[in-house]
Amino acid sequence: MTLDLAAVAADHGLNDTEYQRVLQILGREPNVVEIGVFAAMWSEHCSYKSSKVWLKTLPTTGPQVVCGPGENAGVVDIGDGQVCVFKMESHNHPSYIEPYQGAATGVGGILRDVFTMGARPIANLNALRFGSPKHPKTRHFVSGVVAGIGGYGNCMGVPTVGGECTFHPAYDGNILVNAMTVGLAKRDGLFFSAAKGVGNPVVYVGSKTGRDGIHGATMSSASFDADSEAKRPTVQVGDPFTEKLLLEACLELMATGAIIAIQDMGAAGLTSSSFEMASKGGLGIALELDKVPMRETGMTAYDLMLSESQERMLMVLNPGQEERARAIFEKWELDFAVIGRTTDTGRMVATMNGKVELDLPIDPLAEAAPQYNRPWTPTPKRPTIAPGDVTVPNDPIAVLRTLLGTADLASKRWIWEQYDSSVMADTVVGPGGDAAVVRVHGTKKGLALSSDCTPRYCYADPVEGGKQAVAEAWRNLTAVGAKPLAITDNLNFGSPENPEIMGQFAGCIQGIGAASRALDFPVVSGNVSFYNQTEGRAILPTPTIGSVGVVADVARIASIGFKAEGEAIVLIGDGPGHLGSSLYLREIEGREDGAPPPVDLAVEHTNGDFVRAEIASGAVTSCHDVSDGGLLVAIADMAMASRLGATLDVPAGAPPIHAWLFGEDQGRYVVAVRDAEALVARARRAGVKAAVIGRTGGRELTIGGFRSISVEELRSIHEGWLPAYMAGP
Amino acid sequence: MRAAVIVFPGSNCDRDAAVALTKIVGRAPAMIWHRDTELPKLDLIVVPGGFSYGDYLRSGAMAARSPVMREVIKRAEAGVAVLGICNGFQILTEAGLLPGALMRNAALKFICRPVHLRVETTATAFTRRYKKGQVVTFPIAHGEGNYFAAPEVMKRLEGEDRVAFRYTSPDGRIDPAHNPNGSLGAIAGILNERRNVLGLMPHPERASDPLLGFGGTGAAMFEGLIEAVAA
Repeated sequence: MTLDLAAVAADHGLNDTEYQRVLQILGREPNVVEIGVFAAMWSEHCSYKSSKVWLKTLPTTGPQVVCGPGENAGVVDIGDGQVCVFKMESHNHPSYIEPYQGAATGVGGILRDVFTMGARPIANLNALRFGSPKHPKTRHFVSGVVAGIGGYGNCMGVPTVGGECTFHPAYDGNILVNAMTVGLAKRDGLFFSAAKGVGNPVVYVGSKTGRDGIHGATMSSASFDADSEAKRPTVQVGDPFTEKLLLEACLELMATGAIIAIQDMGAAGLTSSSFEMASKGGLGIALELDKVPMRETGMTAYDLMLSESQERMLMVLNPGQEERARAIFEKWELDFAVIGRTTDTGRMVATMNGKVELDLPIDPLAEAAPQYNRPWTPTPKRPTIAPGDVTVPNDPIAVLRTLLGTADLASKRWIWEQYDSSVMADTVVGPGGDAAVVRVHGTKKGLALSSDCTPRYCYADPVEGGKQAVAEAWRNLTAVGAKPLAITDNLNFGSPENPEIMGQFAGCIQGIGAASRALDFPVVSGNVSFYNQTEGRAILPTPTIGSVGVVADVARIASIGFKAEGEAIVLIGDGPGHLGSSLYLREIEGREDGAPPPVDLAVEHTNGDFVRAEIASGAVTSCHDVSDGGLLVAIADMAMASRLGATLDVPAGAPPIHAWLFGEDQGRYVVAVRDAEALVARARRAGVKAAVIGRTGGRELTIGGFRSISVEELRSIHEGWLPAYMAGP
Repeated sequence: MRAAVIVFPGSNCDRDAAVALTKIVGRAPAMIWHRDTELPKLDLIVVPGGFSYGDYLRSGAMAARSPVMREVIKRAEAGVAVLGICNGFQILTEAGLLPGALMRNAALKFICRPVHLRVETTATAFTRRYKKGQVVTFPIAHGEGNYFAAPEVMKRLEGEDRVAFRYTSPDGRIDPAHNPNGSLGAIAGILNERRNVLGLMPHPERASDPLLGFGGTGAAMFEGLIEAVAA
């Protein structure tokens, strides 16, 4: 039977132009294994072909940056010869198909990205977006994804300390699972993926290779071999126990100096890891595929090159170190095999039982990877909604009750109590605050960590939405007293082939870039996930920002709960009470329209620097940024966290009551202080707007001129929604 | 006090135990790999939390049959203090050092949260530094902590004052709303007959540093052990 190779290439997702380029590079027709490799390497996931032109515009440098995008994860300096290694990555499609395993292997993958670089993972976060709570499958997704994330992270013994979870019908057909890992390493103890030296052993460690995760969804066996057993395209299956052993074994081996280069086998498995190592090192690699530890018999070169079996690593060792390395992996009861050597040919040559199965030039394949400057149309601006265009509520407390019981604002305790947040005994602030704070082991320093994005803003105005995501991340780190260092961007969008979606992407990148530059908050790693759409219906543009900051002393941080009775509540920052694209508009008025709140990056910077200094001086111990739901929700959060009440007085000159209480103006914080006068005076000198708006005390939340509500009642509404929903029909 | 922490493949609270011990005892414990068959002279053996052998088969079942456990059992029989925390408690029940079993949490989900524990007895080195009836706060983090034992075992545990900790409300009341996993008798930790082996699901080692938000009440368990050794 003769194969129609062009058709096989098309089945693999290579378009005509791309296939012609393959022919040009090779000067001959590729075989099926080679088509599989090209398709994997040139896939959107591995090549960033639609996003690269835009990603290049992002700021990625700064004095704190040790390693920007391009390695497995980003690296920033945290002083004392230590670095923080971090990245966020999506596992959206697999999690939709099989929520438990999809989410679990998402966590496994991002953990490997971090420990591949020589860092011990010290914290996980995750950002989850589900469809409407009314959608019949949403409960199934929530319970599976959460169990999968917990199942993997808990077994690894890495605390899951924070994240976010929201719901919107735009995610009904495409849920998002974005997982972030933060690791700690010595600055001079980092490992990279570039191979060095000719004739050095290429070593495979970890789990055996099976047929799981082979990108075979579009390939029926009949397309190229009617007799062969049907491919078994499945979502990868995670084994966190093996990964825990792999982590310990890799760190143990790294300490010996035996490793020249190391790369985890993630998407496109052995293909991408081997090409990456060879390409970065300007070398070739000769692989003997029959040496790869296999889970089942009858595996082909195609299977071995493209399997996405989990918990595997590829390494180049210093010559003569094989036995030392083998002993460590045997101690940890993991597979270890020398499966090849580095060469000076610049080619990837893979043999199986002596037969050449693949022979490809490495650089042309990498350099000639297609890049598209896809057409895009800017998202039309929406009109700003004035407070006067929105009905004024009679009873703001009733509005608060409604808001705290909505899916987006309700407590996510049901989720995060399924994650071990206290293992490693360094979690100073776990889930539920503005940013998590994890102590740097053995020091008094801490890392502040957050995950942020407001997709409804990004949909309404991608540029402002992109800015806002970065600004909110910066604000959340600031609100605990941390100095923001850098971000990782996990960009989730629909199809880049649709100019409107590409317009959303371009806009978000412009916004992220602008905020990142203005706030000295560079992007050091990231991931792009396109094609999050079903039957032409795309998700809301969701550029999740994972962020890291540093605090000098974990004993001197702020948290959201009020600390004492009789303290003054001060609002830092101000604004006209922007209700466009707010939760108030969506949940109370049933409208999702209007321009989102604009972000003034200069004001953001000034206000944040002021708050951070006030926390450092000890003047402020309770602090919360104002975000979703506006001022009253922020104050309710502070009350609920402490079970301490508050009384608010609407200041003279405030915007209309609904705009003041529920507007989502940016760049704002609520702080509680003993000496309000002094704080307000310092703010005035710093050019920061600060207004005393109330006092802490009692067990009720009271707004002057309106009724009160007990903090306990707020808590029961806030805590009640998710457990009740999950217990539902 | 000479202490050791046993390390199984998949243990992940071994470091936390070692950090707490180092800080409180003043010197680092010996870390004992599960394949070791000889132990140094010891006053305390900690069987730490985690997912030994990935919790495959049944949590604690495989670790209980690891080479090092034969030696741990011998030492326990010789009177050395043995502390099993979380997965360590599961291992000790599987190894027969403690009676009963830890089943899946009643809600069938992993639960991580601070819990309130009432100290039920101070007649053991592990709790001598607490007051009887004192309520302490330790975190739990487990999917299988639902203590179960046959009625005659329960009767003996109660009759012999071998329940060390129970889950309670913050003011020390037994209340189903404050029993996080459905444990029989709200049992969080138990002793062997000789009172030198304690197994408990909550984590005293994570509650030993006051900075971590649990009040630092876990440290007293290790201080009690030091005191008992010195006595």
